[in-house]
Amino acid sequence: MSGVGDGGGLRGRAIVREGVAVGVATGAYGLSFGAIGVASGLDVWQTAALSLLMFTGASQFAFVGVVASGGSPWSGAATAVLLGTRNGLYGLRLAPLLRWTGLQRAGAAHLVIDESTAMSVNRETAEESRVGFLSAGLAVFALWNLATVVGALAGTALGDPEDLGLDAAVGAAFLALLWPRLRSRTNQVVALLAVVVALGLVPVAPAGTPVLAAAVVAILVGVVSRAADPTEVPGPDDLPSGGVHR
Amino acid sequence: MTWAAILVGAAGCYAWKIAGLSVPPRVLEHPLVDRIADLLPVALLSALIAVQVLGSGQSLEVDARLLGLGAGVVALLLRAPFIVVVFVAAATAALVRLL
Repeated sequence: MSGVGDGGGLRGRAIVREGVAVGVATGAYGLSFGAIGVASGLDVWQTAALSLLMFTGASQFAFVGVVASGGSPWSGAATAVLLGTRNGLYGLRLAPLLRWTGLQRAGAAHLVIDESTAMSVNRETAEESRVGFLSAGLAVFALWNLATVVGALAGTALGDPEDLGLDAAVGAAFLALLWPRLRSRTNQVVALLAVVVALGLVPVAPAGTPVLAAAVVAILVGVVSRAADPTEVPGPDDLPSGGVHR
Repeated sequence: MTWAAILVGAAGCYAWKIAGLSVPPRVLEHPLVDRIADLLPVALLSALIAVQVLGSGQSLEVDARLLGLGAGVVALLLRAPFIVVVFVAAATAALVRLL
């Protein structure tokens, strides 16, 4: 950390400690991902590959969840990619803070997740943003992958996933991810509609597709709620006619 | 096939991450994109919960999984951490099956 004075160095160490703490906390959650991954029918290698290569928790849980409910791995992949959209928005917020280019940016991109974003925004300097991003990103990456392998091996050794209630654990894991988002009325409506759409399609559509169909609910409500929100900041599409033509 | 889907899914997730860091903000920064990106996880996670807990092949079935989820809700209301919520749900379903 060249160019950082003593005060900055102390603060830098504090930021690194915070990042490591976040990594340890998510490690516990990686244990459950590993166990659920093998319970859903993937092998240990495939479960580990998801954590290593996909490295975004909700998408990984979605992939194994779809496979566990009998869906095709391709439906799982599509659901995972749809859930990954929010990392794109995190990237937009991070780009002006981190200001990395080329290979550094390509490497950093893999670490763009909830935790690294949270530890990077709201810092005072670019250097602190980078330290926050890297310490949380790397700590989570290391512990998440380690915990996944341990959880997957334990899950394999423990026996029949249904006897252990691991099929119920998958639903609970999704609920825990969803829970903090259920405060707003719009989100509650979307959640309810998505449940109705998905359950309505289960008897008639191939496994995996009912979940993908629920994405349509999000898109429709997103479009419809546009007109209903008077506080919205005008975007480029709201320019008077004669401006932008689409 | 599972391996191919894992690799394609991982590539797709990475594509979002690198796009966010690389694309000029104006291209993606739009209220509609923001809103849909906020709503997508809500819809997908809700659907995943429903299918995971009630689906059984092509039919719907109420069994120990739903009780497990109920126990998970109680844990969440008590502000339990993620790993506890998951453990409580699994333990409840396992106990119900033993009885």
